[in-house]
Amino acid sequence: MIDAVTHFFSMHLAVLPVLLPLFTAIALLLLGDEGGQAGHTGGRLRMARAISLGSAVIGALLAWLLMSEAANGVLTVYPLGNWPAPFGIVLVVDHLSAMMLALTWTIAVPVLWYATGGWDAHGRHFHPLFHFQLMGLSGAFVTGDLFNLFVFFEVLLIASYVLLVHGQGRERFRAGVHFVVLNLVASALFLIGLAVIYGTAGTLNMADLALRVAQLGPDEAALFKVGGMILLVVFGLKAAIVPLYMWLPGTYAVASAPVAALFAIMTKVGVYSIIRVHAVILGDAAGLAARAAEPWLLPVALATTVLGVLGALAAHSLARLVAYLTVASVGTILAGVGLFTPATLSAALYYMVHSTLVVAALFLLVELVASQRGAVGDKLQPAPPVAQPVLLGLMTLLGSASVAGLPPLPGFLGKLMVLQSAAATPAHTVVWAVVLTGGFLTLIGLARAGAILFWKVLPTDGHPVASGSSWRLTSATLGLLGLSLVLAVAASPMKRYTDAAAAELSDPTVYAKAVLGQIDAFSSVSTRPYRGGEGEVKLPIKGDTP
Amino acid sequence: MSLEFLVATGIGTVTATGIYLVLRGRTWPVVIGLSLLGYAVNVFIFAMGRLWQDAAPILSATGRVADPLPQALVLTAIVIGFATTGFVVELALRSRHESGSDHVDGHEPGHAPGFRDHTP
Repeated sequence: MIDAVTHFFSMHLAVLPVLLPLFTAIALLLLGDEGGQAGHTGGRLRMARAISLGSAVIGALLAWLLMSEAANGVLTVYPLGNWPAPFGIVLVVDHLSAMMLALTWTIAVPVLWYATGGWDAHGRHFHPLFHFQLMGLSGAFVTGDLFNLFVFFEVLLIASYVLLVHGQGRERFRAGVHFVVLNLVASALFLIGLAVIYGTAGTLNMADLALRVAQLGPDEAALFKVGGMILLVVFGLKAAIVPLYMWLPGTYAVASAPVAALFAIMTKVGVYSIIRVHAVILGDAAGLAARAAEPWLLPVALATTVLGVLGALAAHSLARLVAYLTVASVGTILAGVGLFTPATLSAALYYMVHSTLVVAALFLLVELVASQRGAVGDKLQPAPPVAQPVLLGLMTLLGSASVAGLPPLPGFLGKLMVLQSAAATPAHTVVWAVVLTGGFLTLIGLARAGAILFWKVLPTDGHPVASGSSWRLTSATLGLLGLSLVLAVAASPMKRYTDAAAAELSDPTVYAKAVLGQIDAFSSVSTRPYRGGEGEVKLPIKGDTP
Repeated sequence: MSLEFLVATGIGTVTATGIYLVLRGRTWPVVIGLSLLGYAVNVFIFAMGRLWQDAAPILSATGRVADPLPQALVLTAIVIGFATTGFVVELALRSRHESGSDHVDGHEPGHAPGFRDHTP
């Protein structure tokens, strides 16, 4: 009996991070929402919080289990409905997917904990939407099919549209309209890119694409590159790279704190997709279409870092400052991807984990600080002193030093890895200059903000204008900051893991063998038995070789 | 004129109209523009399986068959497009209600945010 259960569990482990939030969200929807009428102590709200948090913890455990399996070299392939790839959709959990899953769920738990401190009662259906967003994120990270990636993008986006306006208010709706329209246009572009890729290569399975792109003739390879570049625009919009980052600061700054913290992982979905398409499918082994993004990716990434840091220097509110730092960190990550070597990719992955954690923590911290400064909120102007200057000051110092890259914090290690791995590439001068200057300017911007927030206070009659934050909000923020510290302590195993991930990504044949090995289609007819005008149908039956 | 030319011209025209409307300042034309973009994209996906004549729509043992995958893809895209259009209409209405303006920036050009025009 127990054997049967564990067997069933291990067989379906790959799909559980997608199904768990789906069923949790449905259960939470069925449970209903009192819409804040019952206050914070309503029985249904309490039950919803318990289910939501419990499910998130289970999800985190699943994600960690998958990551530990990936660390042991297991590449899990899960054919949905048992249709063999590339004809059916497969879920594939390799090093990178498992890492992104673990990162998502690890952030989700403290962010949900923070949200139960009050934000979830400021509107309806916060918890189901949060889990739908987690479902979209998990699905996007585990899917092995480009069209399926689009579907999960839509799932996570439609949840994010509603989460963004959670708490409502004019500013949120204004940003919401921009965000939704931009993303719908991007979705249209996504479909165009996918159609071009399908039209040339005849498949949308990632493993199959990585093999087939090398066999394309010059005409088709050129079209394929066009499809790839259209996808770069789409993913670039999600990741917020120059010149597509303009929507991010305004949007993230008006989102409620837990939503903004969760959105920190959303930009990384864009980065993840860029890695999958441009570093793997269109990587070195792509024949005529190899490294299609090389002339663009590195310059754009460095420009993103520069403009992100300048935006942070010019920001007039703490939330916008952190949002611009998100943009800058995406630039640094993509610089590592854009150098197209396994060493830089590995460094970029490490930096990505760190920056996501610390940016999420900073978004929570912004609200803690703002809630204690009275009417001024998070605006960078002198205000009455905060109620907990020592605690918040130290947390800000820790987060700032880490995001700016000061030793011995993980931000320093991440940047050091990027710089060290970039030293062997021809573009090292400009990468070093941009990353180091960017770090320095980040430090100046954060020092300015910290000085205004904690030192340049207006005189009051002794007692602060606001009370301290509840322990729930503080512990959630501290938890996220603590996780980024754990990353510094565990730097060595983490770096080994990202090294393995980068090595796996640089050789797509292993991945392709694992995915396509079940049928003889590996290196053969694969999909596209349907050739226009050629008349004859060639069915890819088992054992059929070209 | 070939069928391909006609279809391509049609897609191009609808896309151009969609882009023009998306760049308008009021939410309603933007919503219409997004719908038109969606239509153009759907036909484009459909055409990426190549245009077929005298072919069976689904796989059969003999004779020519049209590529069924783009048909499946376009169904998914249509459903998702339908849902998102419904959502964006609702969001636009809500934004109009909150801000008193149907401008995409949430306020009338030349007026401060929060300005409401009460003249009929």
